[in-house]
Amino acid sequence: MINFWGYSISETRSINYDKNDKAMTEYIAATVPSSKLCIGCGGCTAGCTAGNLTDFNIRKVQMLMKRGETKDAKEQLQKCMLCGKCMLVCPRGVETRKMILEMLNFIKTNQKLED
Amino acid sequence: MNLEGKQQIWNDYQKEIADDHYFYARSCIRQTFFPGSEWAYLDIMKNKLGKDVVDDPRHTTCTGIGYHSDIVPAETIMTVVARHFALMTEAGYENMTPSCITSFGIYTEILETWEHHPEIEEKIREYLWKATKREFNKPKNLAHTSDIIYKFRNEIATQSKYKLVNVHTGRPLRGVDHIGCHYSKMFPTKGIGGAEFPAVLSGLIYAWGGDVIDYPERRHCCGFGFRQYLVMANRGYSVANSKKKFESMQPYQPDFIVANCPGCAMFMDKWQYTISEMEGTTYGQDGYGIPVLTYEELSALVLGYDPWEIGLQMHQVSVEPLLDKMGIPYDPEAKYKNVRGENIGAPKCPTYLRVANL
Repeated sequence: MINFWGYSISETRSINYDKNDKAMTEYIAATVPSSKLCIGCGGCTAGCTAGNLTDFNIRKVQMLMKRGETKDAKEQLQKCMLCGKCMLVCPRGVETRKMILEMLNFIKTNQKLED
Repeated sequence: MNLEGKQQIWNDYQKEIADDHYFYARSCIRQTFFPGSEWAYLDIMKNKLGKDVVDDPRHTTCTGIGYHSDIVPAETIMTVVARHFALMTEAGYENMTPSCITSFGIYTEILETWEHHPEIEEKIREYLWKATKREFNKPKNLAHTSDIIYKFRNEIATQSKYKLVNVHTGRPLRGVDHIGCHYSKMFPTKGIGGAEFPAVLSGLIYAWGGDVIDYPERRHCCGFGFRQYLVMANRGYSVANSKKKFESMQPYQPDFIVANCPGCAMFMDKWQYTISEMEGTTYGQDGYGIPVLTYEELSALVLGYDPWEIGLQMHQVSVEPLLDKMGIPYDPEAKYKNVRGENIGAPKCPTYLRVANL
C-alpha cells in the first residue's frame, strides 16, 4: 500500500456532544472570547511552522476543543511552538496564541487536580 | 393511489425542455478530463438528431469553482454569466444548455436571484455594459445537456446499434445512476423528477435496455464539493464519500456508473485508483474497477461510436469489461494511439487496480 497524496481516507465515526466533556470549551470561551469568532478558514494552519514540520493542525485543535474532544486536542497541543504566526494571518482577529496558552493552562491545572 | 393519480403527481416533477436551437456552454472539468465527451454530445446532436447547436469559442468558464470556494465574489460571477447570456443573445438564441452541473446550478441560482431581486439584475447589466458594452436577454429555456439527451432518449434508442444488455447472457446490464448535487438538490423544480426522484439518468438506462440499481447510498454526494477537495486537509473526507458509495453499490455488482456531473464522473473514476493504492481494494469484477461513464459517452456507445474516438482511454478505470458485455468491438492496439495512428504513450500500471492491456 502506498500513500503519496498527503492525506488518508477519513473513517466513519460519530461525535456524541452530550457525552463529551465541555469543561475546556467553556473555559476557553470565557478566557478567550475572541475564539468564538473563528470561521474555520484554516489560515492559521496554512501559515503554521509547526504544521509544516509535523501533522499539527491548529484549526483542527480548536475544532476538537469546541466539540469537547479534549483528549485528542491535548495530544496535538504539545506540537505548538507558540511562535504566534497564526495570529498575524487570522482574518477574524482570534487571539490564537492566547487560546493555545489557555488550553495548556487548563490542562496543567486539571492535571494537578487529577493528581 | 390509482395510476392516474400517480401520473398526475409525476407531471409536477417534469420540466420544460426546448426542442431545438440550443446555445451550448462547455464545462471546464468535462473537457479537461473527458475531452471526447463534449465532442460526442455535439456530434450526436448535430449528426444523429439533426439539432441546431451553437458552440461559441468565446464562451468562458462560469467561474463556479472560484465562487464555491469563496474566491470569486457573487457580483463577479453574475457579470461573467451575464456575458454568457449576451453571447447567446448576440447569436440569436434563447435556449441555454450548459454541459456542467455546477454551471447549471449557477445559472439557475443567478436567474432565481434576479427574479426576486430585480435591482441586482439591473446592477449586473450596468457592470456588463461598463466592462464589455454588451447587453443580454435572459434565456427563455435553461436545460442541462443531460436533460436534452433525456428528452431524445427514445430517438437515440431507435437509432441505437447496441443495447445496455449483456450479449452473452441476454440480461439487462445493471447501471448506477449518479446525479450531481447541483442538478436538482438546490432547485428541485428545475430537474426531471426533482430532488426526490431524479429520473434524468435512470430514464436513459431504462430506455436503452438496462436496469438501474437502487442501492442504499444512491443519492449520497460523491464528495467532490469544491470546499471538500480543494484543501488537502479535507480530501480524506472527500474520498470517504466516494468510498461509502462504492461499498454500498458493490454488492449489487454494477456493470457501470453513469454520471451527469463532470466532477462526479472524474472523482468516481479517479478515486477508485486512489482507494486501491491506499487500501488495496477494488470494486469491479476480477480486479477491475466499476467503469464510470458520462451520459454523453454512454449515448455514444449505444449509438455505435468507436470507444477510442470518444476518448474512453482517458478513463482511469478500464471500460473494456463493459464493452465486452455490450458486444462492442474495439481494437486493443489502438487504445493508446491518436487519430494519425501515432503512439500517445500508455499510463503507468496501478499496483492493485487492473487495467486492460497494461
